[in-house]
Amino acid sequence: MIEQVSVFLENSTGRLAELTRALGDAGIDMHALMVADTESFGVVRIICDTPRAARDILAGRGFSVTLTPVIAVEVPDRPGGLADVLEALGRADKNVEYAYCFVKPAGDAAVDVLKVDDISAEETLLAEGYSVLRPDSVYELDPS
Amino acid sequence: MYQPELESMSRPELESLQLERLKSLLVRVYDNVPAYRAKFDAADFDVASLKSLDDLRRVPFTVKDDLRAAYPYGLFAAPLRDIVRVHSSSGTTGQITVVGYTQGDIDRWADLMARTFASGGVTPDDVVQITYGYGLFTGGLGAHYGSERLGALTVPVSGGNTRRQVQILKDFGVTVLACTPSYALLIAETALEMGIDVRDLPLRVGVFGAEPWSENMRKQIERAMGITAIDIYGLSEVMGPGVASECVHQDGLHVFEDHFLIEILDTETLMPVPDGEYGEVVFTTLTKEGIPVVRYRTRDISRIIPGSCACGRTFRRMERITGRTDDMLIIRGVNVFPSQIEQVLAGVAGVAPHYQLVLTKRGSLDHVQVQVEVSPDFGFDEVRELERLQRTVKGQIESALAVSIEVKLVEHKSIARSEGKAKRVVDLRSETEGA
Repeated sequence: MIEQVSVFLENSTGRLAELTRALGDAGIDMHALMVADTESFGVVRIICDTPRAARDILAGRGFSVTLTPVIAVEVPDRPGGLADVLEALGRADKNVEYAYCFVKPAGDAAVDVLKVDDISAEETLLAEGYSVLRPDSVYELDPS
Repeated sequence: MYQPELESMSRPELESLQLERLKSLLVRVYDNVPAYRAKFDAADFDVASLKSLDDLRRVPFTVKDDLRAAYPYGLFAAPLRDIVRVHSSSGTTGQITVVGYTQGDIDRWADLMARTFASGGVTPDDVVQITYGYGLFTGGLGAHYGSERLGALTVPVSGGNTRRQVQILKDFGVTVLACTPSYALLIAETALEMGIDVRDLPLRVGVFGAEPWSENMRKQIERAMGITAIDIYGLSEVMGPGVASECVHQDGLHVFEDHFLIEILDTETLMPVPDGEYGEVVFTTLTKEGIPVVRYRTRDISRIIPGSCACGRTFRRMERITGRTDDMLIIRGVNVFPSQIEQVLAGVAGVAPHYQLVLTKRGSLDHVQVQVEVSPDFGFDEVRELERLQRTVKGQIESALAVSIEVKLVEHKSIARSEGKAKRVVDLRSETEGA
């Protein structure tokens, strides 16, 4: 599992810019950003370097922010690659809450980010032979 | 019951007692208090014309300003040589007001507070710690005399010095705590800091009053202290604590109707509403000698809970105070108290109890938007969960207020905090009229 930064945002002009500027000023590198929105609010999901530092910076700027564990799985670069991953989870009766993709920093493979409520989903994918990524292969870890 | 023959008398018996006492009260204030005489004469009300309890609605009201104008002794109905004690209101909302008690008043008050303790399940075997302030405030001495009258071991600590309160609670084997509900919470927290879990102590009952509190706060206190928390009601203008009290069934406060007439009046027309409906609470003291009050408007809002209580008391029950007329909003013809929203939010996980009510007009209709802060520890990465939270909050507020509303989830800390009274209501209805 890797850590995703989740931010609750009201739908108001310039709020997303403030958020990304705050991370940029702190020198935090984003790898993926995805916005899910409704009429009145949105949720921003971010994969970035040093997610805990990112959370602290955003919380300090008054954002409602939390860290969410998600699965990052390398997806084979061929038609149906993602469908295979999702079907494997479906067979094991693991429900995917949401998913989005990004390209690994090295640029050599697509990574799919999956939010699955059942934490054993990671085991399911490993057992099916998929490459499930560890935090250090996706982003720069927070200094401990 | 402390006085079972009185507390469970039949309603017809009670009503004839009330009528007899009411007639004598009106004659007494007319003869002895110039302000009442002037008021009754001005309203063309003849005390001899009162034939039934229903005739009470023809009697003029008494309001807080009447007591202020009479400062200090102007409304006393007994000569000062017969007054043995005075108390006063805090004066937080204006000039202080003074109330006087004859020896008879002090005796009856002790009985009524003994009833209060007994209705909460307190017995002569209990050890009662009185943490209400002693002094001009009615809470401390009122509770003290009642606890002694009941025969309980009474520990007169008065307020303040919370660590010492905890130490006494523990060392004296206290079983009953009498204080304000918010102070009870502070005592529980302070005990924990001192390494004492109140739940491990013999404490079993809390007798809490003197400020409005919610059902959620009751549950919180009961959990934190491992006790049964009883709500009591009173106000210095009427007597002090001991006007009404919950029994162990915790379903409304029995009004001690042999001494106090309660009326619930429509806030616009000031005419009585049927039992079950909300309105302003108005009291008439039937037996007080020092400073009786006639139709005193409390500005508190409540209702009579219809039906009888399993405890056997025949006194009707008043619901806990929901709000004050000063805070009330009228939305699409429905009376709404912002405090009801706070009570709902305190019971919903995922939101903070900070909110703002924005009122606008959409055409000719009032539109209500309740802005609610998402709590910082809510795992809000899923839109579906947030929408569910939004629906839960909307559903619960709508069922509490009986008005349809829009809920807007807003970011943590986006609603301004204030040192004193928070600004909960933004009323833009006159600016958005016809928009």
